[in-house]
Amino acid sequence: MPDYTVSHLRQLESEAIYILRETAAQFERPVLLFSGGKDSIVMTHLARKAFWPAKIPFPLLHVDTGHNFPETIVYRDNLVEEMGANLIVGSVQEAIDDGRVVEEKGPNASRNFIQIQTLLDALEKGQYDAALGGGRRDEEKARAKERFFSHRDEFGQWDPKNQRPELWNIFNGRMSPGENFRVFPLSNWTEMDVWQYMKFENIALPSLYFAHKRDIVVRNGTILAVSEFVQPREGETVENRMIRFRTMGDATITGAVESNASTMDMVIEEVAAARETERGNRADDKRSESAMEDRKKQGYF
Amino acid sequence: MSEQNTSPEKGYLDMDLLRFTTAGSVDDGKSTLIGRLLYDSKAIFEDQLEAIQKTSIQRGDENLNLALLTDGLRAEREQGITIDVAYRYFATPRRKFIIADTPGHIQYTRNMVTGASTANLAIVLIDARKGVIEQTCRHSFIANLLRIQHVVIGVNKMDLVDWSEERFLEIKEEFTKFASRLGAIVDVTFIPMSALKGDNVVDKSENMPWYQGPALLYHLETVYIGSDENHVSARFPVQWVIRPHSDEHHDFRGYAGRVAGGVFKPGDDVVVQPSGFNAKIKAIHTMGGELEEVFAPLSATITLDREIDISRGDMIVKANNPPTVGQDIEAMICWFSEKPLKGQGKYILRHSTKETKAIIRDIKYKVDINTLHKIEDDLEFRLNDIGRISLRVAAPLSYDSYKVNRTSGSFILVDPFTNETVGAAMII
Repeated sequence: MPDYTVSHLRQLESEAIYILRETAAQFERPVLLFSGGKDSIVMTHLARKAFWPAKIPFPLLHVDTGHNFPETIVYRDNLVEEMGANLIVGSVQEAIDDGRVVEEKGPNASRNFIQIQTLLDALEKGQYDAALGGGRRDEEKARAKERFFSHRDEFGQWDPKNQRPELWNIFNGRMSPGENFRVFPLSNWTEMDVWQYMKFENIALPSLYFAHKRDIVVRNGTILAVSEFVQPREGETVENRMIRFRTMGDATITGAVESNASTMDMVIEEVAAARETERGNRADDKRSESAMEDRKKQGYF
Repeated sequence: MSEQNTSPEKGYLDMDLLRFTTAGSVDDGKSTLIGRLLYDSKAIFEDQLEAIQKTSIQRGDENLNLALLTDGLRAEREQGITIDVAYRYFATPRRKFIIADTPGHIQYTRNMVTGASTANLAIVLIDARKGVIEQTCRHSFIANLLRIQHVVIGVNKMDLVDWSEERFLEIKEEFTKFASRLGAIVDVTFIPMSALKGDNVVDKSENMPWYQGPALLYHLETVYIGSDENHVSARFPVQWVIRPHSDEHHDFRGYAGRVAGGVFKPGDDVVVQPSGFNAKIKAIHTMGGELEEVFAPLSATITLDREIDISRGDMIVKANNPPTVGQDIEAMICWFSEKPLKGQGKYILRHSTKETKAIIRDIKYKVDINTLHKIEDDLEFRLNDIGRISLRVAAPLSYDSYKVNRTSGSFILVDPFTNETVGAAMII
């Protein structure tokens, strides 16, 4: 009797490819959200596999907060060129300049909330009916109940009490005009799975994910990289430490961890031993118990 | 996508995946059990623990309320109940686990059905003081209906019956008697435990030396699921046709999909349903190279030796063991909508990658899932009702009995006006 056991990574990969193809087939104008973070890098890799030898049948959309690590943008542009993909950039800075959104004030202001409006604007402008995101259910408890095909009303809102049941591998992407979907092919992946898969598939990552020396400040317990967007405040001292990032987001709120993990294997070991979630360092999630659910209802990923 | 890519390294690359479902009500210790599995396997992180500690104190809960880990939505925390299916993840060096954690009350039958639809194994918890009750019956019925092949009967709260072997055996007999009416469950394992005290969850209990079997986690890690997929009847539902239109792959016409059963190899004789055209498999493609074979649940792209008109919704099968092709279908259905199922009602039907219209022909009976009795005098299908119907579809379907194949044997019904998923069905 031959052995037809399929490893967990291959099963997750196959499931994600299935979802990506369903998205291409069920929607008129899908788009893949690309943040430069590791999850969206894995998503892009899976999308290439799903449609190979053809090019991916949808564009990439980057919602740019303007607070980027330069490494992210270099990586993004190289990847887009290599794939021959079409990249669309939705700029939060432009939305601020046009007066479509008002930036938060105060010392802990973040562009996280106004990023939602920029995303919704970009989706509307491109008339995209499905936006593929790298969100995972293990990231945050409001996400544990998210669907693969997540329905949004004409205001882009998520209604957690009124989600469509998903059985077997049948996904219902039918909708009325003006509505749209968020699609999460990595729903069943954990942070560990993502790292293992990147190693398995030899996926190159931006250098920020590996340990390096960098000037930082510690603010409210979070290690922030000093940059043009993060300058030391009174009472804060700039230190040079060995750090790496576990997630990639707006540079003003994405916390680093102290680490010596400079290779993929060392990172995997570190993730296995970690006692804090990767979003544990995201100031945006710490605002309240339901911060993520509230943002998702507004249209956030 | 290919197994050939698998490096010889041991460790996580050898791990497989077990999906299991748990159903339970407020007091049966389900949340405690999951909390313990997650905590002991280090799937709960310190910041999550801190957050629920804070909330537990705020709410005035006596102990650390592990349910707060799974009850992620504001409404759930406010009401202290699980409303929806929550998916949880943990891994041991042997396996990765996906838990579909569902509420157990009858008003959430549809959530239990949803959680069960993708599970290899179900954990049914029995309170050792109460024995087999209505809820046990309900949960076992659903596990059986959805063809979950492995069931663990966790006889919980053994600490409250003095760790009594006699009581355990009594419950075992009670359940076995009842389960003989169900039929399909292949493999039932009884484990006496105390989720609260941790006995037989991760570590073997010292309080029950009379129990010779494994602790729950060891059983979850080692239960053999390799034969759960159907590797006999070859089914390949076409999702998407790949035509690169590039110079390099000018004439490439590949059929992309995920194998839903059986094994496909280059050179195999296949039939495309429902058209009935024959062809041979030319090659099986992935970005990593061509494959010598592909099987469930892998995704791949197939090319054929001749040009046939194939599109999404068609199914590539092997000639020797084809599915049924037809328009009249009998099924067990679970109803998901507040709006009752209409006799003669028209719905959109989705079956694997195919979509067509369907009309309800007949409602045969409903099942009282607490007693397993047939109901034939009240045939209005309301939210959470389960029963047998017959329907006719507008275009021929290639289908199997759900008993034989979960993918080609299942479908959903969608309301054509609201686009909501209103029912999930298993073909008889």
